[in-house]
Amino acid sequence: MTTAESKAPEVEPLRPIRSGRSRNHAEQWSWLFMRGSGVLLLVLIFTHLFINLFSGDGVNQIDFAFVAGKWASPLWQIWDFVMLVLAMIHGGNGMRLLINDYARRTWMRKTLKTLLAVCVTTIVVLGSLVIFTFDPCPLDASGDLLPGVPTFCEDVR
Amino acid sequence: MWMWVVHRTTGVAIFFFLVVHVLDTALVRVSPEAYNDVIGTYKTPIYGIVEAGLVAAIALHAFNGIRIILVDTWPWALKHQRLMVWIVWGLFALLMIGFLPRHLSHVFGGA
Repeated sequence: MTTAESKAPEVEPLRPIRSGRSRNHAEQWSWLFMRGSGVLLLVLIFTHLFINLFSGDGVNQIDFAFVAGKWASPLWQIWDFVMLVLAMIHGGNGMRLLINDYARRTWMRKTLKTLLAVCVTTIVVLGSLVIFTFDPCPLDASGDLLPGVPTFCEDVR
Repeated sequence: MWMWVVHRTTGVAIFFFLVVHVLDTALVRVSPEAYNDVIGTYKTPIYGIVEAGLVAAIALHAFNGIRIILVDTWPWALKHQRLMVWIVWGLFALLMIGFLPRHLSHVFGGA
């Protein structure tokens, strides 16, 4: 074997690509997360659409009482919470990749990514609060049930 | 190439809808009437058609996402990647044929 062959080939160090995407483990995790969450979201969202938009009266059945009926069960609270968190991170990460690809200037990328992070955080926090602090039987100032509450509120009182 | 455009376009559309959807659902914390008023607009013909478009975007994005995973991990799928694209459109068409008549009759059938 000659020395030329046994010598390891010289590899040029990786240069950052123009899009600004860095090549490190973070991108590997991002790649894996998009695939894992994507498959889960397919099941979560198709079921969500089937129950809310296809079965029963479809879109016409959706009102406050319908939501109250669903969130009376911890299953749908957890279901909607997992769907909310996974979808916002999956979508937010997708938007991050688009910003990297299409925003050419550094300041523009930074501004858009900050806006995106604020938006994703706000929606996840707001949505989680709504799911877990939901009151199916809200009262008015004089202590009467508000109109539009589900019928089971009468029994609970 | 075209599926790449489809994936990005549907992804962005779904993202913005999701933000609006969480905000409108948040109205259940304001009052039943506030929520029912806003959800009522979802039952109008124009929004009914927008919802159909949204379901179409979600179905395409989902099936194409599965195609991407399969082409990445399964040599057979990579070898037959053109067929895989047709399968995506086939499944998409089947789902819409199942969904549209029922949804549109909900939207245009009154109530």
